[in-house]
Amino acid sequence: MSIIADTTRRGWKSQLLRHPNFLIGTVLTGMLILVALVSLVWTPHAFDAVAITQRMQGPSAAHWLGTDHFGRDIATRLMIGASNSIMVGVVAVGIGLVIGVSLGLLAAARGGWVDDLVARGSDVVFAFPAIVSAILITAIFGPGAVNAIIAIGIFNVPVFARVARGAARQVWGQEYARAGLAIGKSPSAVTRDHILPNIAPVLIVQATIQFAVAILAEAALAYLGLGTQPPAPSWGRMLFDAQTFMTLDPKLAILPGLAIALAVLGLNLLGDGLRDALDPRLRTERIG
Amino acid sequence: MLTYLARRVLVLLVTLLVASLAIFIVLEVLPGDAALLILGIEAQDDTLAALRTQMGLDRPAALRYLAWIGGLASGTTGISHTYDVPVSQLIGERLTLTVPLALIALLVSTLIAIPLGMFAATRRGRPGDYGVMGFSQIGMAIPNFWFAILSILIFAVALGWFPASGFPGWDAGLGTALWALVLPALSLALPEAAILARVTRTSVLDTLGADYVRTARAKGLAPRRVLWGHVLRNALIPMTTIIGLQFAFLLAGSIVIEAVFALPGVGRLIFQAVSQRDLVVLRDVILLLVTLVVVVNFLVDVAYTAIDPRTRRGS
Amino acid sequence: MKTMRIAAAIAVASGLAFLATPGAQAQQKDSLTIGLTLEPPHLDPTAGAAAAIDEIVYANLFEGLTRIDDNGAVQPQLAESWDVSGDGLVYTFTLQDGVKFHDGTNFDADDVVFSLDRARADGSVNAQKQLFAAIDTVEAVDARTARITLSRPEGALLFNLGWGDAVMVARESAATNKVAPIGTGPFKFDRWVRGSQIRLVATDDTRAIRKVTFRFVPDPSAQIAALKAGDIDAVSNLQAPEAVIALQADPNFEVAIGSTEGETILAMNNSRAPLNDIRVRQAIAHAIDRQAIIDGAMFGFGTPIGTHFAPHHPAYVDLIATYPHDPARARALLADAGQSDLKLTLKLPPPTYARRGGEIVAAQLKEAGITVEIIPVEWAQWLEQVFRGTDYDLTIVSHTEPVDIGIYARDTYYFNYDSPSLKALMARLNNTSDQAARNRILGQAQRTITSDSVSAYMFQLAKLGVWRKGLKGMWRNAPVQATDVTGVRWE
Repeated sequence: MSIIADTTRRGWKSQLLRHPNFLIGTVLTGMLILVALVSLVWTPHAFDAVAITQRMQGPSAAHWLGTDHFGRDIATRLMIGASNSIMVGVVAVGIGLVIGVSLGLLAAARGGWVDDLVARGSDVVFAFPAIVSAILITAIFGPGAVNAIIAIGIFNVPVFARVARGAARQVWGQEYARAGLAIGKSPSAVTRDHILPNIAPVLIVQATIQFAVAILAEAALAYLGLGTQPPAPSWGRMLFDAQTFMTLDPKLAILPGLAIALAVLGLNLLGDGLRDALDPRLRTERIG
Repeated sequence: MLTYLARRVLVLLVTLLVASLAIFIVLEVLPGDAALLILGIEAQDDTLAALRTQMGLDRPAALRYLAWIGGLASGTTGISHTYDVPVSQLIGERLTLTVPLALIALLVSTLIAIPLGMFAATRRGRPGDYGVMGFSQIGMAIPNFWFAILSILIFAVALGWFPASGFPGWDAGLGTALWALVLPALSLALPEAAILARVTRTSVLDTLGADYVRTARAKGLAPRRVLWGHVLRNALIPMTTIIGLQFAFLLAGSIVIEAVFALPGVGRLIFQAVSQRDLVVLRDVILLLVTLVVVVNFLVDVAYTAIDPRTRRGS
Repeated sequence: MKTMRIAAAIAVASGLAFLATPGAQAQQKDSLTIGLTLEPPHLDPTAGAAAAIDEIVYANLFEGLTRIDDNGAVQPQLAESWDVSGDGLVYTFTLQDGVKFHDGTNFDADDVVFSLDRARADGSVNAQKQLFAAIDTVEAVDARTARITLSRPEGALLFNLGWGDAVMVARESAATNKVAPIGTGPFKFDRWVRGSQIRLVATDDTRAIRKVTFRFVPDPSAQIAALKAGDIDAVSNLQAPEAVIALQADPNFEVAIGSTEGETILAMNNSRAPLNDIRVRQAIAHAIDRQAIIDGAMFGFGTPIGTHFAPHHPAYVDLIATYPHDPARARALLADAGQSDLKLTLKLPPPTYARRGGEIVAAQLKEAGITVEIIPVEWAQWLEQVFRGTDYDLTIVSHTEPVDIGIYARDTYYFNYDSPSLKALMARLNNTSDQAARNRILGQAQRTITSDSVSAYMFQLAKLGVWRKGLKGMWRNAPVQATDVTGVRWE
């Protein structure tokens, strides 16, 4: 399959705008980022302002979305949860991108035993279900946002290594890459000048999808009590806290889940839109 | 083909060996002392030492690793530190919940996804297609544990149709037991169905464009027969791959769902073993899950190669 | 909101009822199903500290020479009477006649010698070995008479012998008690479905309750659903205080709020700067608002305490007023100590009281100008890091052993508190047998630790028992970890 068609030159901007997925995805993702940015400078209340006497209240002018089991403002906590989710996504995908893509490019450029080692190493890491690895990592280093992010990041490494290796091998098969070697360029120079720019679109799409996967994974870990720790708000943690209160106050269990679903939906649609626009035949892996 | 198979089996074994070593090392550095946990805050140093000897924790790590692998190779597992019964028995008991749960979820997701995916493919670009793809997008975005919590709120707490959590055991009667698994299985199945519906749609669309399908159509075969006879059969290959991979992920992914519904499955066993520092149980459960993933991958690879020999030289 | 809640409750009550097995109602006269939060690792109370073991086997399956009742008093059990020598060093026990173990063998004085010698032997794995520290020898005088000789007076010996860790086991079955327990109690082990339930059956056909099933329901909300559905008849200690309010309004259930021996404290590392400064510790004591913690973490269930002692005990001294909630005073004390920008870590073990209480404590300390970083830990890490390694600033934990103020006099304990005057008090206590004098010493000890502000004392854990109306004889209080069903019946 020819993965890199020459769509990049043919007005991809106008292409993008014709995809409803891309539009909805951009709007949702934009809202997520906006809310997260606002939360850095302003929130309606302090996220950890406990007021036991005002717990589990309905929406009001003072508390737009009501209060939780400690009387804390839910809207505030959801806003900070958004920035938490974005931070998780950026770092976890960043780890995967930097390490995974380097390994993948190296494997494709060198071939031979290096290639085998990277491929087999990816197999071993892949063999560990992500949630199991995360439980082990947090058991060793303690539960917390940073360790959860590292666990998710490690899981991202083989994902990007595989995608980068596969795509890079395709490009290495092209005349111009071989020609680069023939005129005396080093493999790393060819990788930098020809391979990386050509596989960038694949990586961008994969990164968008992994971003969504990372948000879901962090929420699951936080729900299990292994991710972000109180009093710092995280959407998954809010669901965890809500569980024994949900019969008393269902909104505690509904709102954070809705936030996760909208964020993930936005990122997935954005990723799909990008893929459709950059190349309809572009293949990326989606690991559930 | 034979040399290829031999090579693949060798790779499989090496992968498992490396994985087992990784598991062992990780568990070695896991902080927390199982003996201290069992004896609690009033434990005295001599009682702790006696218990550690009893549990075999005072032997060198290399020896314990070899004993573990040797035992597994000869078909025996260790004795759980906390439960004092063979690990194989513990895992076996838990698998009687987790495997049926994963299978039901897989069945449900397949039954939902394949008709939806084919429906969408045959109506490409029309409202039906958008509807299915919209469902798929939403299904992938909803965290399965949130879906589980909402389903408890609606179907267990408000409507009272299903038990909110727990598992009565298979000896409570097949109907009662299955009834308790409905909500967990649905929660597990939803995101998988969403992914599978997309894969089905894509593979059916790919196949629809293939030459032999055009030929079949040109020969005047009824569209319905072409769809079910030719297209689906060929589209099944990528779909089977995804289904196979999903089964392995469902087994591990049920950890969260088992936590939501308080089900005594493999996932709960992992959690329990971590908090009790029952490393004897932990290493075997993790290795079992890893083996499942590796074996499923192996089977998928071999099946691919059998169909298409060109893939034999690596992907 | 309120209507929604009621609607949900009605839906649960009416809707889940049809899921209950049809036969359950008819059989309920002589069977009992109890929901437990934790599954025990095994069933040998002499080989582990897990409370879940005692919650199943104590008094029901295994018996000791003495036992502890609902009010925390010592009662005769396998020993029907005893004599104590004038110097308090020799205890002679007369054993009950005709007692048999579940495997049919007789219980006699040799079993007493075996059980106690096994518990205090060199290779013993008894979690409470210190209970037997004063014992010098155990002898069988004749089949029905056992004699214990002490090397020093031990005022609490009869109480200690009533612990689950001191139960009588038989030589033939001691090694397999973990999976197939053989005791002398009125109920014997029937079957264990791991991850799900343990069943005991009565040895005597005439008992009011002939079958007891302990079902493990880890999640509090699931416990409530199971209660309402009739899957379980009782939860002896509900872990979700927020659910009790709804159950109190339900005419089908009885809610019994009892006491436990659990002093829930904010422990401080007394040897680590700046907590080695008493002003800092006092500031923290002033910063916490006990009632807000009880309301927020326990939904109002719990009794404020001002010292490390159970309020229901006759020797308790009310010292709550020593450190009233006063953030301004806390700030002043901190400024005085030169700690106006204090940062501390708070390590929290898994229970609800600690995790939820910790969030509120952190918010309260913030008001007093102390920044707290919460570090949640599992029990394994808590034991290793906090308890053994004393690597912590602050932690929240409930001390559930009865009358355990003596821990403050230990040379090595995780508080790292060293007070010669308290040690002297405890030494005097050991040599005092008069109850009034003992209570006076205990009162002085309470004042000592409170004025030193060793820990910030928060509240006494409540026991939240819930059971179906008509069930009589369940324990209201929890002086020891137990679900004693020997006196339970349906009416």
